Amino acid sequence: MAIIIEQPDAPRSRKSAQWEKRAWIFMRISGVLLLVLIIGHLSVNLVLPERGVKAIDFAFVAGKWADPFWQVYDGLMLWLALIHGTNGMRTLVNDYTEREWLRKALNITLWVTAGLLILLGTLVITTFDPCIDPEVHTYLPDLVCKG
Amino acid sequence: MSTAVESVKEIAEVPSFQVTLFVRRFDPENDAEPKWQDFDVTVFGTDRVLDALHKIKWELDGSLTFRRSCAHGVCGSDAMRINGRNRLACKTLIKDLDITQPIYVEPIKGLKVEKDLVVDMNPFYQAYRDVKPFLIASDSPTKERIQSPEDRARFDDTTKCILCAACTTSCPVFWTDNQYFGPAAIVNAHRFIFDSRDEAAEVRLDILNDKEGVWRCRTTFNCTEACPRGIEVTKAIAEVKQAVLRGRA
Repeated sequence: MAIIIEQPDAPRSRKSAQWEKRAWIFMRISGVLLLVLIIGHLSVNLVLPERGVKAIDFAFVAGKWADPFWQVYDGLMLWLALIHGTNGMRTLVNDYTEREWLRKALNITLWVTAGLLILLGTLVITTFDPCIDPEVHTYLPDLVCKG
Repeated sequence: MSTAVESVKEIAEVPSFQVTLFVRRFDPENDAEPKWQDFDVTVFGTDRVLDALHKIKWELDGSLTFRRSCAHGVCGSDAMRINGRNRLACKTLIKDLDITQPIYVEPIKGLKVEKDLVVDMNPFYQAYRDVKPFLIASDSPTKERIQSPEDRARFDDTTKCILCAACTTSCPVFWTDNQYFGPAAIVNAHRFIFDSRDEAAEVRLDILNDKEGVWRCRTTFNCTEACPRGIEVTKAIAEVKQAVLRGRA
């Protein structure tokens, strides 16, 4: 009867890590970009306006999103923050879950949630129409609603 | 004459004090779970935690099991968790701990406990073996391989490793995922990756560019804090990450 002895120094199973490497690089780059974007966002929304935080209302947001610059700016912030945050959560899940099925379930939930939020956010930023309400002309400058 | 003898006596007198040690005990033949057991021992100001453990083993309870070899911080056998921190028992003076409180001594975390303070080090050594911790050179060793002091300095820090596992078992990633190579294996890979005489840096970088390789490191610095040899472990891991990105040492 052949006895199979487990090889004492069998090489550990290799898993491709190009993905892990890319994720690591993404976290560094997005982290720096987010720092700049968020400081810019806070300054423009809260610090620079004359009335400070009180300046933010529907008109303020509508005014910003009428400008493609702010659409791209906010879109970039949305995508980077959600992917950065979700990837951070993924590492936490990987660090702290011991059961494989739970790890998979949590990671799938995370990415599905992030995907939905990105989709919804992008939809709002790109299709935002303040003039949907006919009353809007009473409190928004004509510039916003050209139609 | 008599005053000289007295002063020598005074110098020779080392203060002694009483401490309580709580030791995490586990006997695989009788216990289902590890448990704490306390011992009161009288120790001297010059005593280390290892001396207190010796006192317990030799005078109070011979069944206490722990590893130690050189007992002078060189062999790395007696890494244990003392008051919640990984240290070498032979390098930790009891007087430096808070002796008004009991001293807690546990086995290092993340490796299977075999008995009391002895853990199964095999997964740790396996990760070490997997990074090929030896010189790989194509030329035959017929003459000395010359290296400049600058080239030697690149990996000087990581030559100090004694494989005590204090770093790897202080790593929160390793606690839950012992497929992770762990700081010690990466430190020992670093020692050869940045050695100008070695020719297999790419091989090792490829090994560590693994799902369980350097990217699992969260830079929590637990390893750097735990290292009894003062190796800047997290820095070494960061240097290996940079080398993986560059594709060369």
